[in-house]
Amino acid sequence: MMLQLDNVTKVYKVGAFGGRTFAAVDGVSFDVRSGEVVSLIGESGSGKSTIGKMILGLTPVTAGSITVDGAPVKAAKEYYRHVQGVFQDPFSCYNPVFKADRVFQLIKESYYPQVSAAEWDGRVRSAIEDVRLDPGQVLGRYPHQLSGGQLQRLLIARALLLDIKLLVADEITSMLDASTRIDVLNLLAELKERGLGVLYVTHDLSLGNYLAERTVVLRNGAVVEMGLTDKVFGDPLHPYTRKLLAAVPRLNAPWEDAAPTDACRYHAGGASGALFEAEAGHFVACARLDGCPP
Amino acid sequence: MSLRVSELRVYYRTLKGDVKALDDVSFTMRDGEILGLAGESGCGKTTLGKSLIRLDGRMRHVGGTVELDGRELPIGDDRRMNAFRFHEVSLIPQYSMSAMNPTRKIGKMVGELLRSRGVALDRAELESRLELVELPRTVLDNYPIELSGGMKQRMVMVISTLLNPSLLIADEVTSALDVSTQKAVAKALIGFRDAGFVKSMIFVTHDLALTSHIADTVMVMYAGKLAEKAPSAAMVTAPRHPYTRLLINSLPEVGVRHADKKLSGIAGSPPSLLDPPAGCRFRARCPVAGDECAQEPPVAEVEPGHFVACWKA
Repeated sequence: MMLQLDNVTKVYKVGAFGGRTFAAVDGVSFDVRSGEVVSLIGESGSGKSTIGKMILGLTPVTAGSITVDGAPVKAAKEYYRHVQGVFQDPFSCYNPVFKADRVFQLIKESYYPQVSAAEWDGRVRSAIEDVRLDPGQVLGRYPHQLSGGQLQRLLIARALLLDIKLLVADEITSMLDASTRIDVLNLLAELKERGLGVLYVTHDLSLGNYLAERTVVLRNGAVVEMGLTDKVFGDPLHPYTRKLLAAVPRLNAPWEDAAPTDACRYHAGGASGALFEAEAGHFVACARLDGCPP
Repeated sequence: MSLRVSELRVYYRTLKGDVKALDDVSFTMRDGEILGLAGESGCGKTTLGKSLIRLDGRMRHVGGTVELDGRELPIGDDRRMNAFRFHEVSLIPQYSMSAMNPTRKIGKMVGELLRSRGVALDRAELESRLELVELPRTVLDNYPIELSGGMKQRMVMVISTLLNPSLLIADEVTSALDVSTQKAVAKALIGFRDAGFVKSMIFVTHDLALTSHIADTVMVMYAGKLAEKAPSAAMVTAPRHPYTRLLINSLPEVGVRHADKKLSGIAGSPPSLLDPPAGCRFRARCPVAGDECAQEPPVAEVEPGHFVACWKA
């Protein structure tokens, strides 16, 4: 058990003087094990990025706990040695006046000052090769000379230079073209095989489905369905999940009309808003749904 | 023939020279046709969309003609083009979030916009169209900030098509939306065509799966040139251009798992359009490229309505 979220809640103050509150994340619990990709799927405003930020210690948790290997999240250097994030927009992650490979130098300065320059150079090159790039093509270049896919993979290489156990990948393929997107996804799958835990945050169901062993579907800050990807996508129980799946355009199949969303087959089993185990390893919540009686 | 684009060339002026973003593109559209325009970033799809309505300051019309309903569009002449905009050619921009005046209530803004074009506002017509896209009438008394992204997108759709333009250009209109909203917007676009509010539509997107559902014909561009143009079904089931094939094979679909079937991307990256290579522009990344590809492939009609620019197709 590596990353563990337990009843995590995040409340933002909103309104002109912070007079009102808004629960962006509301009692979310799930875990990510080593050597596993878990995809966190939700539409805009579902709280998926807030969860990623809390795991990375970029914003504090209002209630509940997040632990990595039993230790709570701490925005400190040692924590980031093991937990790293890669974000949506690779173009804004680099300082345009410096060469792109400066991100590696910064890692050396703060984490490995004792490593000799020659040895560090070797490590950088092997990390770059690990992300399927040619060091000769990317080292010594400025960010504008590299493509989005190259920049995104360099950021993953940067994380690999550290002794990372968990990678939070927040919409990392959204800005990439179809032809390079799949290479980055395959790379994440390879990292998983090396024993890394990956939390893959996305709004794209087909990408999540391609990669993840387990899937967590979020709606309005709460988990509506989670479990093995085969189960969640193969036999979605929650009307919301079914509606999402029906809305995904597919190449060879006609666009299904939204699956019936009127009633929830499993309503009787669920307490108000709580997840319950519909079958082994497949959790559903339903009482929050419009249309289900309270 | 609703739209006829012939040998259109539009370049971007930069300090380093001309970027040939649109280089000798020709195609036609029937009345009532929705043309899906797909391709990767930098392939020229947005440039093509923009060329048909407004060239921005860096763009230069180098050659070729555009004919709409038998009349030539003066695309290189910003002033003369004004008479066509909104009446004959209209645009739904990608970021409708920033397309509306934030300081005006929407109803008032629409009235002002129409007045600026010398047309009176037909309130009943406006309301019936709002109904078509499932927006309540009360949105006219709202400020844009009070609407969600999908609602704003649909509101801009209604505004753009109020004067029943002949050609509507929808530039990545669904890219910033969630899947379920995306579907509603896409269906509304088809509804507008079916209701005859617009005669034909160019739907610019990077999402091939989405465009295959909306469009009658799909055109794939690569590095400023037409690669393949075919009816949607043929494009998905029997693509002929190696680029289209690789692109379709790189799309993960719901149901495809990494463990079962490993997809692969297309190695390499598109050529610089400052100084594009001679011959086929996909040659360097193409798995089947041969010696003849050093010559530029002509656009050939391999089947009725199915055009491919490839020697090997």
